[in-house]
Amino acid sequence: MQTTTQALDITVDNLSITYSNARLALYNAYCRVESGTITGLVGPNGGGKSTLFKAIMGFLQPSQGRIRVGDFPVLKAQKRQLMAYVPQSDEVDWNFPVSVFDVVMMGRYGYMNFLRIPSAKDRRLVMESLERVGMSEFRHHQIGELSGGQKKRAFLARALAQEGKVILLDEPFTGVDVKTEKRIIDLMMQLRDEGHTILVSTHDLASISTFCDRTILLNRTILASGTTEETFTEENLTMTFGGLPVMSLQQMFAKSEVDV
Amino acid sequence: MIDLLAIWNWLVEPLQYGFLRQAIWVSAFVGLICAVLSCYITLKGWSLMGDAISHAVVPGVVVAYALGIPFAIGAFTFGFGATVAIGYIKSQTRLKEDAVIGIVFTGFFAFGLVLVTKIPSNIDLFHILFGNVLGISTQDIIQTLIAGFITLMVVLLRRKDLLLFCFDPNHAKAIGLNTQVMYYTLLSTMALTIVAALQTAGIILVISMLVTPGSIGYLLSDRFDRMLGIAIFSSVLSCVMGTYLSYHLDVSTGGSIVVFLTLLFILTMIFAPKYGILRQQLRQNEIIVDR
Ligand SMILES: Nc1ncnc2c1ncn2[C@@H]1O[C@H](COP(=O)(O)OP(=O)(O)OP(=O)(O)O)[C@@H](O)[C@H]1O
Ligand SMILES: [Mg+2]
Repeated sequence: MQTTTQALDITVDNLSITYSNARLALYNAYCRVESGTITGLVGPNGGGKSTLFKAIMGFLQPSQGRIRVGDFPVLKAQKRQLMAYVPQSDEVDWNFPVSVFDVVMMGRYGYMNFLRIPSAKDRRLVMESLERVGMSEFRHHQIGELSGGQKKRAFLARALAQEGKVILLDEPFTGVDVKTEKRIIDLMMQLRDEGHTILVSTHDLASISTFCDRTILLNRTILASGTTEETFTEENLTMTFGGLPVMSLQQMFAKSEVDV
Repeated sequence: MIDLLAIWNWLVEPLQYGFLRQAIWVSAFVGLICAVLSCYITLKGWSLMGDAISHAVVPGVVVAYALGIPFAIGAFTFGFGATVAIGYIKSQTRLKEDAVIGIVFTGFFAFGLVLVTKIPSNIDLFHILFGNVLGISTQDIIQTLIAGFITLMVVLLRRKDLLLFCFDPNHAKAIGLNTQVMYYTLLSTMALTIVAALQTAGIILVISMLVTPGSIGYLLSDRFDRMLGIAIFSSVLSCVMGTYLSYHLDVSTGGSIVVFLTLLFILTMIFAPKYGILRQQLRQNEIIVDR
């Protein structure tokens, strides 16, 4: 199993996504998430961050383009339990009658037999994952009984239990206090050092440069990508969050090609 | 003493009739199957889909009669076919799911009506609509049992995956499971359940049995296993009591089962310890007093 020991990159090649309401949410997106890095994904509300995540995870069928994880197409990578996804909070039914422990155990289903009967190893990994995010004492709580930060950590634990090499986190810091944010960042850095590839979307621009090795700026297409130092400039941010003048868009394409 | 004996006799008297004992155990079995499915249906938010399947089976029953094959096969084919049609139309047009469901199931149902009135048969439309468990034939019982046992086996074997599918289909995909298969597994077990319940509750009332037990469980518990237990208990109790009481009161059996079940639901809705209306009211009052 050589593939599970080495870090994996993500290549997004000329991706366009159209929703069923004929809205083009993402067009001609090219980017590469380098293996073994923490890459921040930044863009305005409605800019297409979640859409890009869902496309990478194969939840959305692209109208054009190709995505690869390491040498695998997404479906293969998922069958090998290489990809974990931590959803944005508003995508979860918090009233669902499951406990935190149950949710984290769902991270192990891909390793279990047909009947999904957990082995001793599955249980151990679930407990370790809960321990790692500091949620052990809440394991018997129904998921709706948790605070915002605890909810995030519960789903992070599920991703840990899954042991995915690539972890995608959609806005893990919204509704989270400074202490929990620090804790999640520390955990992400540990995971990176263990050889995971991490893609994280966030609106917390202040903390990006403290933990993201690389940054991708996104507003309906990729506007810039590269190391945080090069990419996370005021000029680029103005362009991402301001309008989208065609001229600077072309400039950015030229620039990002140089960067890569 | 004599009074007590009289009451006792009055209570057990109906049970000496074989047809009633049979009706009670058949409807209890149907209640069990429906309760199991209802937990998944309420959590998935598919009650409208259940409505659609149950109406869509009508032409299947008539066609099966005309061809001389078991009604369960025709009913299942058309019920499941309707869900495939719904899925296909939804994926190919920009219509919302509820509109597609509305169009497809009324279309199937109307087609069934036309067939019933055109093809000469001894099918009693009233029995299809509202059930006829007191007059159920042995053949129909066998079909009910087969449909029910298949449903139970499938759910028993795939219950974890189905629960994951209801809770977080994206995660199911993320770990490489085939959600398309899960989607059709849940739909086909639902169609089978409706086939099993056809003779007991009828297509109109089966919706109640597919939604209410799960809802009762959901109001009373935060854990799936407990929710399932409560759903089964309330459903089976309603089926047994409903059938039994329908004899004494001389009323429609399906109707009596569903009225009993609905009463249980109303009690739960008001008195549930955590999510009941009373409890919610008290909580609001406490907040006001605290201020
Ligand atoms: N299911 C959907 N159907 C139709 N359009 C959608 C759907 N989901 C998102 N969109 C549209 O696609 C665009 C991108 O949405 P997306 O959720 O990817 O943005 P985002 O960058 O994640 O925003 P946020 O910061 O608010 O999470 C938006 O304009 C949104 O309206
Ligand atoms: Mg988003």
